[in-house]
Parts: sequence; C-alpha cells; structure tokens
Amino acid sequence: MAQVIRSPKTYDVCIIGSGAAGGTAAKILTEGGLNVVMLEAGPPLNPEKDFKEHVWPYQLPHRGAGVGGRASADFGEFLAPNGAWEIDGEPYTVAPGSRFRWFRSRIVGGRTNHWGRIALRFAPVDFRARSSDGMGDDWPISYDDVAPYYDKVESFIGVFGTKENISSAPDGVFMKPPVPRCTETIIKKSCDQLNITCIPSRLAVITEAHNGRPACHYCAQCGRGCISASNFSSSQVMIPPAQKTGRLTLITGAMAREIVIGKDGRAEAVSYIDKATREERRINARAFVVGASACESARLLLNSKSAMFPDGLANSSGAVGRYLTDSVGSSGYGYFPQLAKMPAHNHDGVGGMHMYMPWWKFDRKNDFLRGYHIEFGGGREMPGVGGFDGVCEDYEGYGAGLKQKCRDMYGTFIGFAGRGEMIPNEQSYCEIDPGTVDQWGIPVLRFHWQWSDNEIKMARDMQETFRDIVENAGGTYYWQVRPDGDHPYGIEDGGVIIHELGTVRMGSSPKTSVLNGYCQAHDVKNLFVTDAASFVSNADKNPTLTIMALSWRASDYLLDQAKKGNL
Amino acid sequence: MSISRRDVLKSLAMGAAATSVLRTIPAQAAEYAHRMVAAEKAAATVYAPKFFPAHQYKTLQTLCQTIIPADSDSGGAIEAGAPEFIDLLTSENTEYQVKLGGGLMWLDGTCSDRYGKLYLDCTPQQQKEILDQIAYRNNAVTDPSISQGVEFFSFLRNMTADGFFTSEIGIKYLGYIGSTFLKEFPGCPPVPGL
Repeated sequence: MAQVIRSPKTYDVCIIGSGAAGGTAAKILTEGGLNVVMLEAGPPLNPEKDFKEHVWPYQLPHRGAGVGGRASADFGEFLAPNGAWEIDGEPYTVAPGSRFRWFRSRIVGGRTNHWGRIALRFAPVDFRARSSDGMGDDWPISYDDVAPYYDKVESFIGVFGTKENISSAPDGVFMKPPVPRCTETIIKKSCDQLNITCIPSRLAVITEAHNGRPACHYCAQCGRGCISASNFSSSQVMIPPAQKTGRLTLITGAMAREIVIGKDGRAEAVSYIDKATREERRINARAFVVGASACESARLLLNSKSAMFPDGLANSSGAVGRYLTDSVGSSGYGYFPQLAKMPAHNHDGVGGMHMYMPWWKFDRKNDFLRGYHIEFGGGREMPGVGGFDGVCEDYEGYGAGLKQKCRDMYGTFIGFAGRGEMIPNEQSYCEIDPGTVDQWGIPVLRFHWQWSDNEIKMARDMQETFRDIVENAGGTYYWQVRPDGDHPYGIEDGGVIIHELGTVRMGSSPKTSVLNGYCQAHDVKNLFVTDAASFVSNADKNPTLTIMALSWRASDYLLDQAKKGNL
Repeated sequence: MSISRRDVLKSLAMGAAATSVLRTIPAQAAEYAHRMVAAEKAAATVYAPKFFPAHQYKTLQTLCQTIIPADSDSGGAIEAGAPEFIDLLTSENTEYQVKLGGGLMWLDGTCSDRYGKLYLDCTPQQQKEILDQIAYRNNAVTDPSISQGVEFFSFLRNMTADGFFTSEIGIKYLGYIGSTFLKEFPGCPPVPGL
C-alpha cells in the first residue's frame, strides 16, 4: 500500500457513520458551531434516482425479485438501497455451533433509509432491568435523563401516535395517527375481547406537513425510501440541516479502519480506506463520534490496537463486543374469512402498521422475564413475488380453479410478529476473526450466539397469543412451530430482527463498561460511541428512536465540553 | 405540462387539491419507471429467450398458460409475461437452471417413456394425465417414480404465479387498488359484520 495520505486540516469532530446516530450528531454538532467531517462507507444517496417509490412490479424486468431471484432474500428489489445480509468482499464469520445474521447498509443514511419507522420510547423500567428482576444490568442513566431528548427527537422528526398512559409504552410528542385498516379493525376487536392492549402504533411518518416536509400520501411504500421525505431517514432529515450550516464535510466511500491514539491518551485521527482508490487516508479531529452500527462500531474499536490499548481502543474493561443482543423474534399468520368478503378498496395506508400491541402483561407473573410487543399486518397489499407461494402449496393443481383460488385468498391473511427483550448472556458476543480480512484488508467480525430458556419461553408465549387472537376473531392460525430443533417456537436466529446492540455498552463502572452515560469512553475522553452499541439492555422497543435520543444527548454534552475548552 | 418536482412537493406540503397531485406525480413516477425498462421495451417485438432453447421455451410457455389460463376476467400467464420473467431469472441463477431446465427434460423424458412422444406432441388427454399426477404432492407418496416431477411442477407453479400476479393484468385481476397519492387515508370501508 502507498504511503498514508494525511489531511492537513484538523476538524473539531469526526463522525463515523451517517445513520440514526451519526446523522443526529452531525445536525446537533454543526448547528452548535463545530466543524465536522463525516465518514460513510457507502455511496451518496439520490432519493429521486435511487428510491423505487410508486414503481409497479411489472415495470421492473425482475418484478421485484432481483437478479436471479436473489433479492427475495434481502427484502426484495424495491427496498431502499443498500442493505443486504451479505456484502460482496466484506464477509463476517459465525463460530461453529452458532447462527447469526448481520444486515448491513452501506449508503448515506444507512439503515434509516429502509427501516420500519417504528419509533417507541423505552419505559422507565427498561433502564432499571437489574433492579427489577436481578438479571442483566441497570443503565447509568434513567428515563428522566433521556425523556427530554425523546421529546426533542420526536418534535423534530415527527412521529404519529396517541397518548395512552401505559407504563410499558410511555407517551411522546405525537401527530395524529392514520385511521385503522380493515385488518386492524378486526384485530383490535379481537384483542379487546381478550384484554390484550391494542393501540395506534407510533411510527416516524408525518401525517401533517412538518419542517418543509410534506405529509404522508399513504402509498405504504416507506421501506422503498420516500422521495417526499414524509417519513424519517437520516439522509433526508438529519443530514440536510447539518449541510445547510456549511460546517459538514461528508466523505463517502470511506471505510474506517482504525482510530489512532496519541501519546496523550486521546484519539487523534482516524485511518480509513478510500474505496475508489483503495488508498489509506488519515483525518485528524479533536473528538470522535462513532456511529457505524453496533457491531461495526465494536469492530472498529477492536481493530484499533495500540501499546496503550492492546485489546482494542477504550477496551480496558474487555467489554467491547460482549453483551451482544437482538430482539426475540417469532412470527406467524392466520386466515380470516371475513376479509374474503371485503370489496376491492385502497388498503395501503402508511408503510407499516397503524396499530400494535405494546407489552400488556407487566402487571402479572409470567413464566419468563421481561416482555414483548406485537406487530401485525396483511390484507390487500400490493401483490409481490412470493405472495402466492402459500396458496399454491395449499391448493396445488393448476388451471382456472387455481387462478380463482388465488384471487379468493388474496388479502385474507394477517401476519403477526413478536418482538421481545433478550437478556444479555456470556455466549452471545462478537470478536475479531483471527483468520479473515475483508477486501480492504480490515479484520472481520466473528459472531457467537445462543438463546437462553427465557427467550424460548417468550417465543412460546408469542405463538400462543397469536393463535388466541386469530381464533378468537374466527380465523384459522396457519403457522406451525416445533418446541424443539434449531428454532424452538419459531424463534429467529440472532441478528435476524436487525436490532443487534450492546457491544460497546455504557455503565457506571469502567471495569464492566466502555462508556459513561453520555456515550463517552471511560478510557478515552474525546471518544464517543452513540449508536445502539451503547445500550445496556435491549428492551422490547425498536432501538432507533433511543439511538437518536442518546446521540442527541451525547452531542449536547460534547458541545458543552467544547465550549468549556475541554476538547 | 411542465411541473418541477419541487413544485409538486410544494403543492403537497400546502395541501393542494388531491386531483392536481394525482395528475402530476404519477406521471413523474411513470417516466422514471419507463427509463428503467426502456431497453426491455425496445426489444419487445419478439422475445428471444435468454436461457431456454426454443423447444424448452415453447414447453415452458405452454405449461405456464396451463397453470394460469386466460378466462373471461383476464388473460393468462403468457399475456402476463410470466415465461419471459421466468426465463430472465433462470438465465441468472444456476439453481433455477437445474430445477427448470432439468425439470422440462424430465417431463419430456417421462412423456417419451409413457406415450412415445415429447410433452408438446402428446394429446390433450395425455398432457392432462401427466399434469394431474405431478400437480399434487400426495401422488408422489403413492407413486415415488414421479416425485421429481412433483418438485419441478411445484417450483414452476410458484414462479408462474409470481409472474402472473405481479403483472399489470394480474394485479388488476386481483383487484389491488393503491400505490397512489391520497390526502387522507380513508380506512376500512363499511361492511356488515366488521
């Protein structure tokens, strides 16, 4: 490799990653007056060109299946770019006996371009896990510390929902929610009869014009990316105001390899690979905010070895890579005869559920600890590749009868997905694979994974609940799961729910945690990790809203330190 | 009509009448889509199969149309472009090449053994006889000699359904309404019993 190319300039802050964490930090820090450089491993995003919003399947030669049908495994060809389970030239490995999948995104905005937009606050109890049931650890901060930042994030990005006063699902700053679809009307009624809480969902989709962004136009295609920016993505909502300050330098195609520590024990530079030229470059900054996604952030620290930190940067605790969790996921679906009677109508709505079931059994003793929420959807959605596999499998045959059967069954299914809290365990972690590098020469991660009995019992409870809801509504529950095997009660492999987190966790003790409550490294004061790596627990709440609240809070703290001359 | 995207977004933000929005944005979306498929359309006179040899492609077309035929409500799998879709994906996927290319060979081989003719040369009654066997999994339990045919047909049936129900006529046949611009989402229409 040629000599490292050093930038002559020293920025105030270097942010690594442009997703929920990096985008939020960029907005706050630049608006606070700092000069910021942001590294993104993927290309720039051009929504008008890159998003396939309002494209019909028949307008694409592959109909949404992708080249060779392979996009079906990556949520289809319509998904906003560039997320994938496998990235050419950038492998990861999984230890023998473990199963783990890692969904990564390489593009400005990262996974916020196509995420589910589910924006749920952690509840007060979620920050006090160990105090509540003796398992896991408490956070070094409380709900009251984060609540003002939840307010700021929701007010800025726009979230719809309703005030419900449910202790497991704190209310936020909400726009009005969309009215229920037929599927949601049926499930709400069934849940009411079963005393299962079912309320309007909370999604980062704006139902009224907000900060120059037009209101949602109800095409149900949020996952494709929204050209009108009527839902939240970092690329369209956080980064533009940062750019408007004139103080953000965005470098794309920049794969961070190592954060370099100075003799004074402070981080002084980041070395990255310029993917276009394959050259190594180095950028100096007075502070570093890492938001590369939980596992990429851990990987970067573990790969940043020095005499001072032989086990990786800021890793005197040995906690980097440990405490890896994902949400407990189990799903199923049912057939609802009443949906077969529905006349053709526009069922689209927003790109996600209009209602959901927050954790409702917090007031009783269950045979597992912690809780889960339920997401559901179905009905008369835009037909897609694979949509009739089940009907074809059930009815078989061919000809006019099969064709008619497909039409009869279209729109009559509702799917359910439980999303529960996993308690960190010793067997689930990531580390540097000693034998493998990616095409940029950077050592890759190796994953270790194991579910515990608590999560499997939770998955069983999900399955029983789905069946109850479907059968109580007069439907037929179609999903069959086994209590044993690789996926007991349908529990998904680690990583599959794409809520992996905890690998650079915060805590009050530098012996057992990497960061303090401001996402600041105990060992290296000018290093912050503000993505979900910093989480202490993986509550049954999708992590993105909390990532943004923590990153905003950390950025405010960093700004304050800068003003005091501590950078 | 010359309306910039910025004008469109501005009118959306201001809550302009739904009708004006409905007229403008789909036109832009369509223009975008048309660019993407322009190359395909240009060559749309006679489709030249990318993977299947002529005889196999003709068999594939026949099978697709048998799986999803035209009826009084819509065209069938051929009108929906299902064979082209299947050929394109198969040309890019070696697993599909074995399953479908090999499956079509299996069908012709089995028809030759039974009837002394390739599938396309069989009488309608003979074609029905073999399809009625390989179209149902239970038949492979009673007659394991057709199990490979059952697997092939099941795979082809799924792909044919994909090709048909993602086509313009297939989507219209199902009655999907949407992918449009609404100012308000109307919710569930009133239906007795819901």
